[in-house]
Amino acid sequence: MITIQGKGVSKGIAKGKLYFYRRPDTEIVKQTVSDLDAEKARLAEAQAASIAQLEALAEKCRAEASEDTVVLFETHAMFVEDEDFVECITSVMEDENCNAEYAVREAGEQFAAMLAAMDDPYMQARAADIRDVAGRILNNLMGIVPGGIDSEEPVILAADDLAPSETLQLDKSKILAFATQGGSGNSHTAILARTMGIPALCGAGATLEEAHSGRLCYIDGETGVLYIEPDALTLAAMNEKYEQQQEMKKLLETMIGQEDITLDGRKMMLYCNIGSPEDVAAVHLNDGQGIGLFRSEFLYLSASDYPTEDEQFEAYRTVAQAMKGKRVVIRTLDIGADKQVDYFEMQKEENPAMGLRAIRICLNRPEVFRTQLRALYRASAYGKVAIMFPMITSVWEVRECKRACQKVMAELKAEGIPFNAETEIGIMIETPSAVLIADALAKEVDFFSVGTNDLTQYTLACDRQANDLGKFFDPHHPAVLRALKMATDAAHAAGIWIGICGELGADLEMLPTFLAIGIDELSVSPAAVLPLRAAIRQSIAKTCTLEKLGC
Amino acid sequence: MKQFDYTITDALGIHARPAGLLAKEAKQFQSVCTITKGDVTKKLTQLMMLMSMGIKCGDVVTIKAEGADEDAAIAALEAFFKANL
Repeated sequence: MITIQGKGVSKGIAKGKLYFYRRPDTEIVKQTVSDLDAEKARLAEAQAASIAQLEALAEKCRAEASEDTVVLFETHAMFVEDEDFVECITSVMEDENCNAEYAVREAGEQFAAMLAAMDDPYMQARAADIRDVAGRILNNLMGIVPGGIDSEEPVILAADDLAPSETLQLDKSKILAFATQGGSGNSHTAILARTMGIPALCGAGATLEEAHSGRLCYIDGETGVLYIEPDALTLAAMNEKYEQQQEMKKLLETMIGQEDITLDGRKMMLYCNIGSPEDVAAVHLNDGQGIGLFRSEFLYLSASDYPTEDEQFEAYRTVAQAMKGKRVVIRTLDIGADKQVDYFEMQKEENPAMGLRAIRICLNRPEVFRTQLRALYRASAYGKVAIMFPMITSVWEVRECKRACQKVMAELKAEGIPFNAETEIGIMIETPSAVLIADALAKEVDFFSVGTNDLTQYTLACDRQANDLGKFFDPHHPAVLRALKMATDAAHAAGIWIGICGELGADLEMLPTFLAIGIDELSVSPAAVLPLRAAIRQSIAKTCTLEKLGC
Repeated sequence: MKQFDYTITDALGIHARPAGLLAKEAKQFQSVCTITKGDVTKKLTQLMMLMSMGIKCGDVVTIKAEGADEDAAIAALEAFFKANL
């Protein structure tokens, strides 16, 4: 048995085989080859594999009766063997005496560029199909598995650390738990694990190595321990804990359908944080009363170019409709800092957390902002959408955002497109600046939502991504809690509601303090809803004190 | 050699979906099937080239088939254009 101690960042027990995530080596290097025929044979093999995959996809869609998708995959399969395309690949290989990877990418780019140059927007968009096809052939040439997990059965996924764009591409149905060498409780892997309600540990260090791949493991997300091939004693202990976990889960299910109200009648809005439309299933499963934070970044992180208005509209509308009239707070794009997207072509910053990020990008690039706002307002006709702006530090920023909203509404009205003119507008409170001028900000908006991770980072001058700041990064710090109280007092004085959408909201130990401060809403990962509901229903708001604020 | 002229009536022109279906149709025959718009001629089996011609609604194209089964080919293609484009 090997025992690896890390930091538990998402509770639960899981057992399964360890699978070490291999970062696809997507860098294509031009190489001179000596045996051109062998290279052509590799290409033919990759083409055959691509066609087989596409035919299987088409077959699957045929079974699901989505005829348009069937044709799409069939067309892609035809692209793979298109005479001109193949001739172009082969001639690059022959002319430059180079490897198939390089030739496929060159040919793909040439054909994509040809379509992109046409004056028809529909055909321009087909350039993406060509790139998709070239990408598939490349994956097959380089042995890259889409979804990142080359295993039939679900696994415990180990990695050095995972970037947000990588976690998005993972096939979630194959993941039982996460274990990473680096990372922290605030890393995106940890947040994803909590949303999925599966165990995770981070900071496992170099002892978590690739050589352990394929071995049977138990992971305890509470204690942060990973046991590789556990001995009989450990096995018995883990199995017992697993049974207890199942028992607890059953008991918590009795909370489904209950109201979020304290014993003395104080109501709390208990909402969920989600990162993509597919997370809505977890919200329903855990009986979340709304969405307090829908991170729109997934649309940008998972794409290789700016997502179109229609793509965004579809995602927002899907969630708004699925929530059937319950509030859905959608946060406008929050990239920059730790979430980087290549096609934004951002300049490298010395200190990105304080750089051009979130609303600052939107205000600097009105076209990007306008596209997202149009999609949001169009979706507002299909449910109770609320729009939330991140990283606010000044009143003028909020006014500029509201002007952008007005402009978009006027456009939609002129075009006869339905939207809800009463759509709520709110802001994130995540900078000390926003706390200090909360009274002025509260007059401009319909609600506040506190991002505790960033508020802690900026208030305590502590990088949330850093591994070794552990004890200094303290969301329970009286300074953070006093900031929360100041923002709440300002919100209530202006007659608006305030919530917490950061990880701190799920901290059961903090619930009495939140009740004492007067927080109106808690938005947490779906798996945290029922334990929190049970705690709320046992609380007495009147007797809660502000002692943790140290005043 | 057999041929016919056709005016595209589909609002999107020869977009990806019908282009794919058209290439598939043409592949069934031994005859060489081509499409001409203005002075550009491409084989119907050249899917990407076919798409790159940018054939739109209202464009007049000429379809030709030449080979052993040209009669069957041209009949099938004419039926295809009428049904899909």
